[in-house]
Amino acid sequence: MKARVHVMLKDGVLDPQGAAVKHALGALGFDGVDGVRQGKVIELDLADGATEVQVGEMCEKLLANTVIESYRIEVL
Amino acid sequence: MKAAVIQFPGSNCDRDMAVALEKSGADVTTVWHKDATLPKGVDLVAIPGGFSFGDYLRCGAIAANSPICNAVVDHANAGGYVLGVCNGFQILTETGLLPGALLRNAGLKYICRTVGLKVETSNSAYTEGYNAGAEIGVPIAHHDGNYFADDETIAQLKGDDRVAFTYTDNPNGSRGDIAGILSENRRVLGMMPHPERAFEEAHGNTDGQRLFAGLMAQLADA
Repeated sequence: MKARVHVMLKDGVLDPQGAAVKHALGALGFDGVDGVRQGKVIELDLADGATEVQVGEMCEKLLANTVIESYRIEVL
Repeated sequence: MKAAVIQFPGSNCDRDMAVALEKSGADVTTVWHKDATLPKGVDLVAIPGGFSFGDYLRCGAIAANSPICNAVVDHANAGGYVLGVCNGFQILTETGLLPGALLRNAGLKYICRTVGLKVETSNSAYTEGYNAGAEIGVPIAHHDGNYFADDETIAQLKGDDRVAFTYTDNPNGSRGDIAGILSENRRVLGMMPHPERAFEEAHGNTDGQRLFAGLMAQLADA
């Protein structure tokens, strides 16, 4: 089983990298962008028998800092 | 006073921290991150600055889950003293010993210079050598020093007099200008500025000395 974890800064947490990307898009003439948030994607190659619950535990323990980040798990 | 300085792959202020502690009179042992226990009778654990595990995933996240950090958490929970500077502060928030998190600097730049700090409280072993309200100069050197916590946590830190230092001219976007915070029992201090780099005449600034001197005085009595 493969799982993909999407980690994003929570709404309301300043994302200066996203803001810099938005600025750069504006400089390139793309006017239609109201906001940019930059996150990360972590792909896990899991052994047989691994469960989505375990991936959730991995997110809580290490992959995301739930003080500032939210996560979403996608099983592939 | 017995102190342990933790060394992770990527730590780069471990020796500076050890020298500052030694020159203040502590008996210092450097401890490797794979060790699962601290030396017997350690009073203070110092987590130095640097870039543990290359800042991969998030600053301090991998270090916070290393074997030695379980021992550091136990030490703190048993009432022991822990000082985390820079990457050490990031690690302490990742372990949950201190609330909040450190985000990328608001201006996106790595900042390396001496900044003004206001000592917000003299009610801790770390800050008792300063007068509350005093302004000192201490160097920072970080890319991810933007302190973040929710409104409730910020209000609680302020209400409980747990903000140790604030920036006089906020360099990184930290909420409430926060540069350093204390744990509930006031024995764990996390701060982004480097007091060990403002310790000797040769550093051009000795404002950090009193932090170590205060700590030493308090722990010698203990």
